[in-house]
Amino acid sequence: MSTRLDVKKTYKLYIGGQFPRSESGRSYVVNDAKGTFLANASQASRKDARDAVLAARAAFGGWSGRTAYNRGQVVYRIAEVLEGRRDQFEAELRAAEGLNAAKARTYVDAAVDRLVWYAGWADKIAQVTGSANAVAGPYFNHSAPEPTGVVAIVAPSGPLLGLVSVVAPVITTGNTCVVIASEPHPLTAITLGEVMATSDLPGGVVNVLTGSVAEIAPWLASHMDVNGLDLTGVADPDLARSLEEAAADNLKRVRRPGVEDLLAAPALDRMTTFLETKTVWHPMGI
Amino acid sequence: MPFEFEYSPAPEARTVVDIKPSYGLFVNGEFVDGNGRSFKTVSPSTEEVLAEIAEADEADVDAAVKAARRAYTRVWSKMSGAERGKYLFRIARILQERAREFAVLESIDNGKPIKESRDVDVPLAAAHFFYYAGWADKLEYAGLGPAPQPLGVAGQVIPWNFPLLMLAWKIAPALACGNTVVLKPAETTPLTALLFAEVCQQADLPPGVVNIVTGAGETGRAVVGHPDVDKVAFTGSTEVGKAIARTVAGSRKKVTLELGGKGANIVFDDAPVDQAVEGIVNGIFFNQGHVCCAGSRLLVQESVADDVLTRLKRRMSTLRVGDPLDKNTDVGAINSAEQLAKIRELSEIGEADGAGRWSVECELPSTGYWFAPTIFTGVTQAHRIAREEIFGPVLSVITFRTPKEAVEKANNTPFGLSAGVWSDKGSRILWTASQLRAGVVWSNTFNKFDPASPFGGYKESGYGREGGRHGLEAYLR
Repeated sequence: MSTRLDVKKTYKLYIGGQFPRSESGRSYVVNDAKGTFLANASQASRKDARDAVLAARAAFGGWSGRTAYNRGQVVYRIAEVLEGRRDQFEAELRAAEGLNAAKARTYVDAAVDRLVWYAGWADKIAQVTGSANAVAGPYFNHSAPEPTGVVAIVAPSGPLLGLVSVVAPVITTGNTCVVIASEPHPLTAITLGEVMATSDLPGGVVNVLTGSVAEIAPWLASHMDVNGLDLTGVADPDLARSLEEAAADNLKRVRRPGVEDLLAAPALDRMTTFLETKTVWHPMGI
Repeated sequence: MPFEFEYSPAPEARTVVDIKPSYGLFVNGEFVDGNGRSFKTVSPSTEEVLAEIAEADEADVDAAVKAARRAYTRVWSKMSGAERGKYLFRIARILQERAREFAVLESIDNGKPIKESRDVDVPLAAAHFFYYAGWADKLEYAGLGPAPQPLGVAGQVIPWNFPLLMLAWKIAPALACGNTVVLKPAETTPLTALLFAEVCQQADLPPGVVNIVTGAGETGRAVVGHPDVDKVAFTGSTEVGKAIARTVAGSRKKVTLELGGKGANIVFDDAPVDQAVEGIVNGIFFNQGHVCCAGSRLLVQESVADDVLTRLKRRMSTLRVGDPLDKNTDVGAINSAEQLAKIRELSEIGEADGAGRWSVECELPSTGYWFAPTIFTGVTQAHRIAREEIFGPVLSVITFRTPKEAVEKANNTPFGLSAGVWSDKGSRILWTASQLRAGVVWSNTFNKFDPASPFGGYKESGYGREGGRHGLEAYLR
């Protein structure tokens, strides 16, 4: 019986719809739950973070300018493509985290369902968070949400559901993002990048970096063309504080870290944190 | 041109207000002496010293926060929303009853024209309390969850441009949501906040629900940095806003910031010109331009620029600058010597950078702080007067050729508070409004405010909204 040698995948970054290696040429070893070598992941640098912000900014006008209906369909398409690759993700989660098959399947299914849930919000969030305002005068006056812009995200450690839970709400409403994947479990994030790259999601809407959170996050937190900062995956309170301080330089909207059950049903707050309210007045008369 | 209308003086009587020689702090329902020093508040139109005001130090702020915490725990958080609302309705009514007193006092202490304090500041402040009073027992319908809860003690720091109105914007939603407050008014305009303390007493508001600590930056830092404050709300400069954002980093404190702006007022070639000119004047000369959402950059389409500027100058020449208490006054005094120096400095920089300066020829009073309404033409995007907030009656005029260019120039600023659009074409207005990165867009109007209308900025103009249902979010969890 002849044995076939596996063809192993090179895990790179996901920036602007492409899969480049880190410009720094660095990588780091990713092991499975038992400590056995899985792969070398790209170790993103400051330059990679800046490239990712450029890609996210370039994509913002087009993505936020699409109709909400269209964005909803694209996010739903990500769910469809992910659904078709459930076995692959289940295997990756089992390898990365040492989960049993049932548990891994639960997370994969939840990730697909979460994308579907957010996809449906795309053309409803404005109806729920906007308003017609009864002002004391002859004016038409209404308020509606708009995306904040480019959001930098530190993803929590759940390699698939964690990433989906922080990225989907941000992009559904029209933001673009740069997300730092879970440091110990970065591989699934890049595989998810393959899903996004084949889901009609324009390049640059989601950019995935792998590497050291402590090294990359400060560059994103202080970047003057980043408008929002989600610190969900930052475990070290001192790092979280210093990132929030850096974010004050251009008054980024900051979501502080907090413990949450990824499997629990989400609320609206992951969307509303990175939405601005615009109020438009116009006189009425003949 | 210029027109010379003869107006007889029509001063509002000052006798309606009774300014005491000195004021303490308002803590736990009564006026107390502070531990610290005191400072003087002056009338910016005459430089007359109006009163001696206690300057709260850290210990005073601590006493105020303790009073607020006690009132929160023992009284206010336990009271039904309906009862809280009734207190707010009372406050709204008393403000209406004492409207004239508040308007006169505001104009004396701030320098703004009586017609503005009388017709805008005070009625809007009362309306704000009336609006949020009605929310107090309806919070579960606000779309913020089935049982929204108050945060606790709110530390609030407000500016000098709309002293009573900003107080109302801060206190009304905080109280409606079940929080108690420690509020610091601006050091140049403390008097209406201290008169508001009397309103709280007349309304029998439980002691400690509203505490007012007067002082300057140090007092503000003590309020914002106090460890027992759960919520920080600030209106003021972007610089201080950033410092506050750094101070609260890593804490549990929820923050809303309403900061500076450099609003673009866009006039397209099909705009109704006379209305647009009124809107431009209102946009930059209302309240001496001491307005964070002022339309301080006029973006006018090149083909109509000459016509608009000619009519604008003619209209500006009819503005009456002078005694804030005169009912005919359009433009009052600059709020402080410090602010006047800043306006002068930036205007000189505008000239040095090569922009063309034109000021209204008008007689300015010999005492007090005054600055004639001024426009700069030939301004480019790189000029400091096009980028920095002047916070005075100074307009920078920039031209554009296409709608796309107008939007690009309008958005080319770190701020994002307000914008104006003037056009007779509905689709153009809606397209432009959708492209502008600003929290409030006034189309074919400017500087309109209402308690039901959410207000607040994009980008470095801050975060959070005040007013409307959206304004509740800042005070609930």
